[in-house]
Amino acid sequence: MKDRIEIPDHNSLFKSEPYVKQREGKKAFEAPCSEQETMEALAYSKSSEYKDKNFARQSLVVNPHKACQPLGALMAALGFEKTLPFIHGSQGCTAYFRSHLSRHFKEPAPAVSSSMTEDGAVFGGMSNLIDGLENSVALYKPEMVAVSTTCMAEVIGDDLQAFISNARLKGAISEDLPVPYANTPSFSGSHITGYDSMLKSIISTLYNRSGIQAAPGSGETTGEKLNLILGFEPYTGNFAEVRKILAAFDTEYTFLGDHSGNFDSPATGEYSYYYGGTKLTDVPKAANALGTLSLQKYSVKKTMEYINGTWKQQTISMSTPIGITATDRLIEAISELTGLPIPDELVDERGRVVDALTDSHPYLHGKRVALVGDPDLLIGLIQFCLETGMEPVHIICSNGDNGFKEEAEALLAASPYGAEATVYIGNDLWHMRSLLIDNPVDLAVGSSHLKYAAKDAGVPLIRVGFPVFDRHHLHRYPIIGYQGALNLLTTIVNTILQNLDEDSSGFNHDLVR
Amino acid sequence: MGLDIEANKKIIEEMLEAYPEKARKDREKHFEINNEELINCGKCSIKSNMKSRPGVMTQRGCAYAGSKGVVWGPIKDMVHISHGPVGCGQYSWGTRRNYANGTLGIDNFTAMQVTSDFQETDIVFGGDKKLEVICREIKEMFPLAKGISIQSECPVGLIGDDIEAVSKKMSAELGIPIIPVRCEGFRGVSQSLGHHIANDAIRDFLMGKRELAECGPYDINIIGDYNIGGDAWASRILLEEMGLRVIAQWSGDGTINELAIAHKAKLNLIHCHRSMNYMVTTMEKEYGIPWMEYNFFGPTKTAESLRAIAALFDEHIQENCENVIAKYTPQMDAIISKFKPRLEGKKVMLLVGGLRARHTLGAYEDLGMEVVATGYEFAHKDDYEKTFPELPEGTIIYDDPTAYELEELAQKLDIDLMGSGVKEKYVYHKMGIPFRQMHSWDYSGPYHGYDGFKIFAKDMDMTINSPVWNLIKPGKTELLHKEEAGV
Repeated sequence: MKDRIEIPDHNSLFKSEPYVKQREGKKAFEAPCSEQETMEALAYSKSSEYKDKNFARQSLVVNPHKACQPLGALMAALGFEKTLPFIHGSQGCTAYFRSHLSRHFKEPAPAVSSSMTEDGAVFGGMSNLIDGLENSVALYKPEMVAVSTTCMAEVIGDDLQAFISNARLKGAISEDLPVPYANTPSFSGSHITGYDSMLKSIISTLYNRSGIQAAPGSGETTGEKLNLILGFEPYTGNFAEVRKILAAFDTEYTFLGDHSGNFDSPATGEYSYYYGGTKLTDVPKAANALGTLSLQKYSVKKTMEYINGTWKQQTISMSTPIGITATDRLIEAISELTGLPIPDELVDERGRVVDALTDSHPYLHGKRVALVGDPDLLIGLIQFCLETGMEPVHIICSNGDNGFKEEAEALLAASPYGAEATVYIGNDLWHMRSLLIDNPVDLAVGSSHLKYAAKDAGVPLIRVGFPVFDRHHLHRYPIIGYQGALNLLTTIVNTILQNLDEDSSGFNHDLVR
Repeated sequence: MGLDIEANKKIIEEMLEAYPEKARKDREKHFEINNEELINCGKCSIKSNMKSRPGVMTQRGCAYAGSKGVVWGPIKDMVHISHGPVGCGQYSWGTRRNYANGTLGIDNFTAMQVTSDFQETDIVFGGDKKLEVICREIKEMFPLAKGISIQSECPVGLIGDDIEAVSKKMSAELGIPIIPVRCEGFRGVSQSLGHHIANDAIRDFLMGKRELAECGPYDINIIGDYNIGGDAWASRILLEEMGLRVIAQWSGDGTINELAIAHKAKLNLIHCHRSMNYMVTTMEKEYGIPWMEYNFFGPTKTAESLRAIAALFDEHIQENCENVIAKYTPQMDAIISKFKPRLEGKKVMLLVGGLRARHTLGAYEDLGMEVVATGYEFAHKDDYEKTFPELPEGTIIYDDPTAYELEELAQKLDIDLMGSGVKEKYVYHKMGIPFRQMHSWDYSGPYHGYDGFKIFAKDMDMTINSPVWNLIKPGKTELLHKEEAGV
């Protein structure tokens, strides 16, 4: 444009001289620490003495890598057709969950709250729940309302089952409307626990209401379908990848929970509250499927127990299948559960991605990495590192349990590339900061929340997992399947190459790499 | 469409028919259409600061969000504990963009999530013992922290913890102020009570506690500017250029010292009246410090405010004020002459917090834009009384509107721009309605002052006039090409 006016943004504006002067001048009123004190404290925070104290913390949690249960419940609810997530308790929680998911997916995250206040704390939240159901059904016309709880409702001990029954008795909602509910206290587990509880509740509620008796493998009314669970899945692209793989097998399937519609809806000029999702009528039929394959293990434990116990199906649970080996296992599992042969096109695709890995391996080999994420993501990432010659060094899982730790350690112990790794559960990103500074790595892999520690340690960050707030559209690209391996490989190798350029001495600013 | 009183009344009536009776009767009270009488006296009957109806998809947050997220969180040299389960602190970590200078984790603790991460045992046995340990560990981990605030989450108030006693004990032990804040999320009806509770804690624990080495005749405070995207800096620069001395910034890029010396100022300037009016009235009562509201959105309001501030000082300041305005006027004229033709007559709808729904009106007007509907998440009656006189007849004013209401209105009023928060943003993108987040400045800003207005104007233009909106409906692109070709 010809009439361009220079308009400095916040990056350049505050570097300009008047603002630098202002910043210095303001210190007169701040009673700030002296520059020397700050420098010393910074140096101290990078010492091994500090690291030891950091790891000796008993109660203080700084920059944890986990969220709370109802966030996961909201995501689980949005995996079903025309389902409105309803969070019973204080209303601020719902505002936070919706914002958090919108910041990651760059998509709307519809959900309502029963908006409890002080009187709810005293008298319980029944009238809030009943009014809330009536209002939300009138306004947002859901075909199912999935109720979860905030810690307020949990602490005062609201009885969801009784409240929902009363809502039906009072005529606030009809008998036809399924209202699965899950207790999702924020003071135990994490977002993945809440996902699991809500998913299990939705599946069991719809199954129980249907009157269908599970006849596993009968294929009755189902075609001979396979059930798939992706769990607390931050990548809409992963759903697309699984669809692609299943299409190659030419098998029928049902996703038990598919929020890819709601979190990747088209801009058409109109907004609907509900996009895609598992059809409610498909859920009870899923009881007769050939089997259920879950691509997260630690995130959907209770759900898989239910499917095993009540539907008595063949089940296979695996952690996020990242990389070639894990994808091979995914493909084998589908073949095993459906009895179908592995399609040639997947074998071809595998070959092409392995080819890409052979091209890039010199840049990956021996690269030391730090990993942060949910347990299933970490298992996947560890496998990917080990099969490509990268060496995991620091692994932090704020919401991992002992089972996860043992599995991760066994994986690492089985590979020479895992020799340097330590797995930490229940630790946070302030611990990671110490680890990155004390024992440096080449790459940090994790969510946007890792950007602070990565910056302090001067390590490039590969954004993988949840939440990714500060980069766009990564969630649209799969990280699972052969395609996902290629996507991750491309991001990682090009980050390494970018760093080679940036760190070059001029003469080795090489044209060909 | 837009400013027809009768037509707008009908739109609202029809819209509210979707509600069950009880909720409809409540929601009716939260709408009012501006008319001559309201403009003249501002005595509106719109209901505000009342409970949201359950299940309607309110945009509101909670008292914790008002205290930790808004008022206390920006104080950079203190560690703010999100006391309770992990979620609240996680969701409010680094998302508000209250910028602060300093080294994160060393002498600046703003974009951090410090939490007691309550577990079931803490609920059963109480969290007081744990809180003591946490205070000690903060002192160990962050030796330069000048204080600690304890931001209570819902369970703290329900299980009967005595955070006041812990604070007192640990403050004595550690030798730094430790401030308990009872901002449990279930208190009140919105963020608003959280602001009040946070203000009261500042009053009780820090206000008036320290001395200023040298006082001057031009000492003022900036109150209620959270430095979103650097807003307070873009404001402070004008006040300083005018010859005033800003001795405290509450609370964006603020420090514990600034909270404690502010009572030495000669004048309090308050930007976000809703969230910090309690402090300026308290300082007026206790220290006799006069206060005034000002508005640094858009050059018209900025100049008006600068002159009104200068009028409270001597001729020297008044002369400086004119010089400042004269210095920036050509820059502002250039911005307006560039962007106004591109934005003239564009219809805007707003739903923001407790201030910006009226304070940003002037900035839109400077660009020739019309606000056809506006309102607040958590304003009180006095905010509405100040809003009606600022707007033309027929403008729709709403209080705590639901997602459903906003979407209906946006479509019926055929607006060109929606300004609200991240929960709304992507809904409007689907609808093909240009949208700006007006809490976080949509990752841009500052928007305050003259430097801020330049960015504001550029942002509104790129949002409304982006060619991407033409891609939403197939076929619309052809029209665009014809227009460009002058057909």
